[in-house]
Amino acid sequence: MSKVIKIKKGLDIKLVGEAEKQVVTLSVGERYAVSPLAFEGVVPKLLVAEGDKVLAGSALFYDKAHPEVMFTSPVSGSVSAVRRGEKRKLLAIEVMADEQQSYKPFSIDLKKASREELVAVLLESGLWASIIQRPYGIIADSKDTPKAIFVSGFDTAPLAPDMNVALKEDMEAVQAGFDALKVLCPNVHLSLPAKGESILEAVQGVEKHHFAGPHPAGNVGVQIHHIDPINKGEKVWTVGVQNVAIIGRLVLNGKLDMTKTYAVCGSQVAHPQYVRAMVGASLVQVLMPCRIKPQAGGSKFRIIEGNVLTGKKVTANDYMSLYSSQVTVIPEGGELELIGWLAPRLNKLSVSRTYFSWLMPKKRYNLATGVNGGERPFVVTGLYEKYLPMDIYPMYLFKAILAGDLEKMENLGIYEIVEEDVALCEFVDPSKQNLQALVRDGINLMIKEM
Amino acid sequence: MKQNNNKPLPKRLLDKFAPTFSEGGKLSWLHSFYEAMETFFYVPTDVTKKGAHVRDCNDMKRTMFMVIIALVPTILFGMWNIGFQRIDGADHTIWQNFWWGFWQMLPSILVTYIVGLSIECAFAQIRKEEVNEGFFVSGILIPLIIPIGTPLWMTALATAFAVVIGKEIFGGTGMNIFNPALLARLFIFFSYTSSISGEAVWFADARTGATPLGELANTGTTSVSMLDAFIGTIPGSVGETSTLCILLGAIVLLATGTASWRTMLSVFVGGLVMGGIFNLIAPATPVTPTEHYMALPAWQHLLLGGFAFGAVFMATDPVTSAQTNTGKYIVGFMIGALAILVRVFNTGYPEGMMLAIIFMNALAPVVDHYVVQANIGRRNRRAKRAAKTINA
Repeated sequence: MSKVIKIKKGLDIKLVGEAEKQVVTLSVGERYAVSPLAFEGVVPKLLVAEGDKVLAGSALFYDKAHPEVMFTSPVSGSVSAVRRGEKRKLLAIEVMADEQQSYKPFSIDLKKASREELVAVLLESGLWASIIQRPYGIIADSKDTPKAIFVSGFDTAPLAPDMNVALKEDMEAVQAGFDALKVLCPNVHLSLPAKGESILEAVQGVEKHHFAGPHPAGNVGVQIHHIDPINKGEKVWTVGVQNVAIIGRLVLNGKLDMTKTYAVCGSQVAHPQYVRAMVGASLVQVLMPCRIKPQAGGSKFRIIEGNVLTGKKVTANDYMSLYSSQVTVIPEGGELELIGWLAPRLNKLSVSRTYFSWLMPKKRYNLATGVNGGERPFVVTGLYEKYLPMDIYPMYLFKAILAGDLEKMENLGIYEIVEEDVALCEFVDPSKQNLQALVRDGINLMIKEM
Repeated sequence: MKQNNNKPLPKRLLDKFAPTFSEGGKLSWLHSFYEAMETFFYVPTDVTKKGAHVRDCNDMKRTMFMVIIALVPTILFGMWNIGFQRIDGADHTIWQNFWWGFWQMLPSILVTYIVGLSIECAFAQIRKEEVNEGFFVSGILIPLIIPIGTPLWMTALATAFAVVIGKEIFGGTGMNIFNPALLARLFIFFSYTSSISGEAVWFADARTGATPLGELANTGTTSVSMLDAFIGTIPGSVGETSTLCILLGAIVLLATGTASWRTMLSVFVGGLVMGGIFNLIAPATPVTPTEHYMALPAWQHLLLGGFAFGAVFMATDPVTSAQTNTGKYIVGFMIGALAILVRVFNTGYPEGMMLAIIFMNALAPVVDHYVVQANIGRRNRRAKRAAKTINA
């Protein structure tokens, strides 16, 4: 085993409702949808109309700024609705799935194919969107050749799926996927947990790294920082490990099969477990085998696509996007708390030793969505640093973003982070600032001005 | 209405008066005050809208409140000591002395809070922000660091100066450069110098005398033992005399992680090092006040005057101290060293702590700048190295 990289800073948020290690496989079902909103910075141009027949792998829309990047239907069927919001903003394209699935053929033989041919197939199949570029955390530019490709082989976020369960049936596809990535860039890094035997140890032909420590050790951004940090002018690509399997399936079978294994978890899920479903499946469908607990009068719950730190608030009528591998359901907060800031709050989590969580490191919490305080300017110092395991001064970076100072943002390391990297800072912040949104604003300003 | 009755009393009262304080209501100009009361009794019921869906339950109120808790031993002891230090203090019981001191101190606490919070509320109202908790700490620190006999109008004026000029014109808590409580003391020091320095100010009426530091400067010896100085049964500002109570507060601050141990430790180290240097160069038979101070054993410096209080409660203010960990070591050390330096060379005003902290408040951003610049330098060098390997 290679040298273990130890992450000391960070925090494992232990929540109740971990998914049991059993997998329920869903049948194709009925309604699927793709939402352009799931893709950062994409301005969609619609390619289909209501009633059109599509195959699994047919393009539904493309990105106006990058017309070669297609976004495709995960299933075959007919376009049942094009949902639009204010100012006709495209919200989602819904497809009613056929009972018998038919696939658009994509043929590629990795042994013979050139890099250009592979890129073309990925673009056409809709899987190019699974390749994310750093800096900025946006879909990669197909004209670029990155310095390296990074894949995190494990997830340390709260209640995150165990890849040994999620990828059990996909190992052949995962290997094929990594082989494909090696055609795109010979320099492919795979990060694995130092603790426990990962199923991904079997992957051949990539450079493996081992990480130990609390969340965010599993975040690809942190791993990049410790393996080969991003410098000004450099670009690296990242791919979610389950999306590597989807790329692998395309290469192996010549068809688009966007099946993923989602961990359905959280305190409000009656039977937290793994669900194997396709990207684009409705949350109703994904939640069906796990069920949400009956709620006592008046209490509400929140469905999050993703984990509690970085996920997106959704409703049961929404659809799974390409990037998530988890659905979390937690109680909605907002209960009245008389002088709550003075109370012992034994059932709430805090990294501050003014509460008692530090005495109960093993305790699992049922956290709700309350902010637990009012928003304030930056006051406390030295706190963010403890939850961002990078050689970066987060508060100075945040202030540079607030000031819109591009040069400072660049100097202070904006190229190395995306939203998820500061999620823990946001969690612990006693000033209750929305730091992830702030980082995205900063990144968007960089994209606009550079 | 029925549903209303299920709510606890404070909530019912708050709900009842909500329209009066809302926009269009009779007292809408007091909205920020109402909101402060509301969030005091009930944590805002807001749920997360952006970013992380769950949040740590620590907030600014809790953080600031911890400082108040840490100050409790000092406040209680200080009140008792006011009574004890009066001319017939030793003849009274502990309770009598405490009670007497309590009534001596209460007016200045009330004046600081009323003046400070009114200004804070007014600015919050204008800015349409919530009232910040910062002043809850400053408001108790001010009465603790000014002489007990300070006239109330002077306290009020100093508080107003500290809040408006020290804090609000920079944008409020979190944006200020100088420690507001120290600015209040600084204001009195420079504006009414005769009332705060000299020998006769550290007592409530009925008795006058010099602080041990003043005594030391004048006579070369002090009448108090170091044990008295540690326990705090000596004259001085209300909060500064008892090193023991200050240490109790330090334990609370450090155990809860509210204050930075880096800053606190560095201040004491800085003081010891500077005191030690002076010990080495002090003449064998000190004559002048400066020489008396030079000869004072370094550890005794830490027990006298406002050194310990400043180190624990003032230098650690996260807003005005250094913000980087490296910076905290440097700024803390400099505060300790400067405080002793001022003590030794400016014997006319035998207290360097305030000036040292204020001075380092001003320099902290510079120290941080160089620490952050080093980080930027590392990043740029890394980029250059990477570019070289690609070219090679």
